[in-house]
Order: sequence, then structure tokens, then C-alpha cells
Amino acid sequence: MPEWITVLALAVAALVLLSAYVSWRAGRLDRMHTRVETAYAALDAALLRRGAAVLDLAASPALEPASAVLLGDAAAQSRRAHGQGRAARELAESNLSRALRAVVDEPGFAEALEWPDDATADVFAEVEAAAKRVMLARRFYNDAVASIREARAGRLVRLLRLAGSAPMPEFFEMDDEPPAPVSP
Amino acid sequence: MRVGLVCPYTWEVPGGVQQHVGDLAEALLQLGHEVSVLAPCDSEEAELPSYLVSAGRAVPVPYNGSVARLSFGFRAAGRVRRWIREGAFDVLHVHEPAAPSLSLLACWAAEGPIVATFHASNPRSRALAVSAGVLQPALEKINGRIAVSDAARKTLVEHLGGDAVLIPNGVAVDRYAEARPFEGWPGEGGAIGFLGRLDEPRKGLGVLLDAFDVLGRERPGLRLLIAGPGDTGEVADRVAPELRERVVALGRVDEVDKVRAYHSVDVFCAPNLGGESFGIVLAEAMSAGAPILASDIPAFAHVLRDGEAGRLFATGDPADLARGAAELLDDPERRRVLSRAARAAVRAYDWHTVAADVVRVYETVLPLDGSGGPVTAGRKESV
Repeated sequence: MPEWITVLALAVAALVLLSAYVSWRAGRLDRMHTRVETAYAALDAALLRRGAAVLDLAASPALEPASAVLLGDAAAQSRRAHGQGRAARELAESNLSRALRAVVDEPGFAEALEWPDDATADVFAEVEAAAKRVMLARRFYNDAVASIREARAGRLVRLLRLAGSAPMPEFFEMDDEPPAPVSP
Repeated sequence: MRVGLVCPYTWEVPGGVQQHVGDLAEALLQLGHEVSVLAPCDSEEAELPSYLVSAGRAVPVPYNGSVARLSFGFRAAGRVRRWIREGAFDVLHVHEPAAPSLSLLACWAAEGPIVATFHASNPRSRALAVSAGVLQPALEKINGRIAVSDAARKTLVEHLGGDAVLIPNGVAVDRYAEARPFEGWPGEGGAIGFLGRLDEPRKGLGVLLDAFDVLGRERPGLRLLIAGPGDTGEVADRVAPELRERVVALGRVDEVDKVRAYHSVDVFCAPNLGGESFGIVLAEAMSAGAPILASDIPAFAHVLRDGEAGRLFATGDPADLARGAAELLDDPERRRVLSRAARAAVRAYDWHTVAADVVRVYETVLPLDGSGGPVTAGRKESV
């Protein structure tokens, strides 16, 4: 068998291996993009849910009106920022976290939840759960963004433009600290 | 009468509402009423005026697109209730009750005659639009509503409905009456004064500078004293180089220097192009007894009694301004007459007069037969 056939066979084998590797990398990127999108959808849903729960709390008769106005305003700002730029949304959601903490931290809040019945306590439990879910969802989303940013930084990916025209996902930066647990 | 005033913003932070409440409290005390003011305070009670009761520290919280320092929560509400109970006021007067702070809590907790003053003018307040529903039950208890300006009244009507009587801010006339002029002012050659934002075209500084371009050349000793926030370097750039050293721009001045500035000039010029509803600066200058040269916008013409208490010139016309300034600078007798007339005319805007108007509102909301009894903290006892 002439030498060149061996060389050719090896070259073909190398090419096949390389293209398999490249397509695996591209597939991995694709999966990561999907993961980011799913994570963003989850974060979006968590934020909307938290806003709705806070609005419910603001409408509760157990709250005094100043706290109700603050919460209502913050929730309305966050809803309005939905669909605006990322920066506006991050700011509005951070403000909602801060307003929520400020209201919950005021002494007397826990006692108010018990009165006149536990309906308000239930609404607040929903707010607490929603706030925690926002924190989790944001962590998962940012985690997905971090891994895709790392993957896309590779030389091969950039050289062969494996990511195509997909925009580079951005971290979601916000103050997502949930309110401290209330102890009556 | 026992009056309880509620200020929603931190007392020590300078602001229009705080100033208004403080001036009103002092004017009411001088009229012989008993006054207690409840406000969020940072400092110890000992360092505060005797009429002030601290509601504790305010908390920074995002509201209406910025971070505001407000008092809210049940502890604050409890303090408000205790203050109302202990004060046994004939009338409760809350300020800016739509802000989520002490005033709103006071409206919510109190039963009895309540008067409210609205300060903010924000025609498109989203926060107000959103919270109108929550506010309504508390604000419905208000028996008499006061707005400090037409704009504030319009805001109130648009967002919350109903109407209000207009009682403008007062001027603490006595605070401006006496002061030592700056060293070397007004000087031999005369001096013209201006106070207002330097970079706000509607304040009309440009008109004055144009007029000074003529006046300054005709009168070698004449100087211009300019005070107000803004870029002083930019002002110098707008003056011809040979006149520059006679234009003194102080930038932002504190309250004491502001009063001294009014006393340091021969003529005080208010060249506004419009948009002024009252002209607090003009009223302050009148209180200081400065001879006034003002543009003839309707608000100024009204305050100056159509020229009796100050020389008016055609708005935006540097030539007419220069003519008026020359007239006043050359005629000390005329300046004396105008100064006296201005001091007399501004009395109508003094806090004493304004406080008397406010007392009339109190009297209107009190029950006629005196059966009402004091304001109470209502049924909502602390939980």
C-alpha cells in the first residue's frame, strides 16, 4: 500500500474527528443558549410574580397607608419597567427589594400581619416565597450566563463563529435580598 | 387655639416644606396660639425648637423614582397617635399628606377637624396616580385643603379630585429687614444686584448683562453683584473683557449672605422673562427695602402695585432696563421712596398675614357651636 493512502486516511480521520468536535462544541453552545433563555424566562416569571404579590400586600387593609403607598409605588414602577431596557428594569426591581425590606423592617409589621385575621399573613407568606424565588432564579440565570460567556470566550468558538449571531447574554444585576423573616 | 402641625420630611434637612412649617409655627405662636410640630428628626430633642416633637429618624426608601427619607410603619403610626392624644389639638394641620410619611399616618389615625396643605406641583406624578386608591380613605377625612401655588392646586385636582383654597408661602419679612452690607458695597459708583439661578434663561440674567454692557460703559464706577447657583465662570464669559472686573458673581450663597447681598446694592433687579408665579426673591428684596427694578410680567406688576413699589421695565428689553436703572441710580430720593413703598407693600405677603389667613381656614373647619372637642386618635388603637 503506497504511503500516500495512509496519509490520506489519517488526514480524513483527523478531519472527521475535528468536525465532530466542532459540531459537539456548537451543540453545547446551543444547549447553553437554551439554558440561558429558560433561566431568563424563569427569572422574568419570578419577578412578575413578586410584583403581583407585593401589590396584593399593598392593598391589604392591615397595613398602614404610608407603607401601602410605598409598596404600591415600588411594585408599579417595576411593572412599568418591564419591557423597558435592562438597566431600567434592574433599577426598578432593586428598588422594589429595598422598599419591601424597609417596610418589613419597621417595628410593628409582624404584629400587623396577625390582624384582623391571618389573611394578610398568607399574602405576606406569598411575598416572602416570591422574593426568595427571585433570588434563586437570578442566581441560576447569572450562573448560566457566566458559563456561556466562558464558553464563548474560547479561541475555536470565536474563530469559527460557532455562536452565530446570538447576542452575548448579560448578567442581571440587582439587589435581590429578600426581606428578613418576621418573628411576631 | 391648640394647633398640631405635621411635617413629613426630616426637620434638619433644608427643604421648602420644612421651612414653611417652621415659619408658620412661629407666626402662629406670635399670634398667640399654642403650637406643636411633629416631624422626623435626626438630633436630640434638646437641640430642637421648643414647639417641635420628634417622631424618630426617617428611613431612606425608594419612592417616586428617587430615594426619599420618610417615616412609615406601625411604630411611627403609634407615635403619631400618642402625639395626637397628648396634644388634644383643636385642629390638626398636616402638610403634604399625599407623601407616604407622618402626615398621611396622621390623617389615617386622627378623628376631628383636619386641615391639609399641599406643596408639591408635579402634573404627571405617577406615584400619586398609582396610590390615589390607597390615599383616598385617609384624605377623605380632611375638612379643609390649602394649596401653596396654582400648580400645586392643579396637581391636587388632577390626581385626587376636589378643590383647595390658595394660600401662598409667606415671607419672613423681619428676617430680611436688617443686615450689614458687604465690605465696600454698594460703593461710590453704585451697584445693581441680581439673585437667581445663573443658568436658567427665564430668570433673565442675560437681559441684565446686555443692559450692563451699555450702563457699565456710561458709568465707570457702576458694579454688578450676582448671587445664585450656577457656573460663575460662564457669567464672566458673557461680559465684555473690559467690564469683567466690575461684575462680581458670588455663586451659591447661604441665608446670611443672601440677606447681606440685598442690603449691598443701590438697585435690585429682577429681570425675569416669565414663569414666575409669585417671585419669592422679589419679595425678599422688598423685605430688605432694596429699591426694585423689575420686568413687567403680571406677577411682578401685581406684587409691586403696578410700579408704585418698584420701577417696572418692558420684559426682556435691555434698553428699557438700562433706562430704568439710570433713572434710579441718579435719583436717591426716588430710591428712598421706592424702598419705603416696597417695605410697606411686602407686608401683605408677610407670614403674619399668611398665618392669619390660615387661622381663618382653621376657624372654618371647627364646629360652629364649639361642640367638637379636640382631635382624637380615633378608634384605631395600637394593635
